[in-house]
Amino acid sequence: MKAIVTVMLKNGVLDPQGEAVKSALGGLGFSGVNGVRQGKVIELDLADGTDAAQVDDMCNRLLVNAVIESFTVDIL
Amino acid sequence: MRAAVVVFPGSNCDRDMVLALRESGADVTTVWHKDAELPQDLDLVAIPGGFSFGDYLRCGAIAAQSPICRAVVEHANRGGYVLGVCNGFQVLTETGLVPGALMRNSGLKFLCKTVGLIVATENSAFTSSYAQGSEIQVPIAHHDGNYFVTDAELTMMRDEDRVAFRYSDNPNGSADSIAGVLSSNRRVLGMMPHPERAIEAQMGSADGQALFRALVGQTIAA
Repeated sequence: MKAIVTVMLKNGVLDPQGEAVKSALGGLGFSGVNGVRQGKVIELDLADGTDAAQVDDMCNRLLVNAVIESFTVDIL
Repeated sequence: MRAAVVVFPGSNCDRDMVLALRESGADVTTVWHKDAELPQDLDLVAIPGGFSFGDYLRCGAIAAQSPICRAVVEHANRGGYVLGVCNGFQVLTETGLVPGALMRNSGLKFLCKTVGLIVATENSAFTSSYAQGSEIQVPIAHHDGNYFVTDAELTMMRDEDRVAFRYSDNPNGSADSIAGVLSSNRRVLGMMPHPERAIEAQMGSADGQALFRALVGQTIAA
């Protein structure tokens, strides 16, 4: 089984990289880009039957810094 | 005073840290990140700068889970002194020993220059020989020094006088221009600037020396 963890900066936390990407898109002539937020995706290859709660625990203890980041988990 | 400097793969300025502490009179050893225990009767652990584990995942995140860091957290919980500089500050936030997080600099550039720091409190073993409000010159060298903290925690830290240093001219977008913060027991200091790179006039500034002398002196007295 696989778990896909999507990590994003929390709302309200300024994302300077997203702002730079937004500005670069504007420079390429793309209009109407109101905002860009950059995050990361972590793909976990897990033993079958791994508990979803265990994936949450991995996120809380290492994969995600709860001070600045939020996450979602999709189990495939 | 007995001090240990932690060395990770990718640490730098670890030897500068050893030198700064030794010249201030401390008995200094180094410890490797895989060590599970700190030397006995230790007063201070210093976590140096660098790019531990290549900054993978987040700056300091992997280092914060290393065996030695569990021992550092126990040392801090016993009331021991901990100094984290630059990457060491990032490691301290990841362990939760000091609040907040360090994000990419607001200008997105790696910054390497000497900056002015305002001493925000003289009420700590680290800052007691500076005059509150005075400005010192200390180098920074970081890509991720943009200090983030929630409004509630920022208010709490101001109320508890736990901001140690502020930038005189905020270079990286840090909240409230914060360059260094103290733990609630005031014995853990995390700071982005490098005081160990400013201990002799020939280094461009000797303003960092007072931090080490105060720290080593205070713990001998205690």
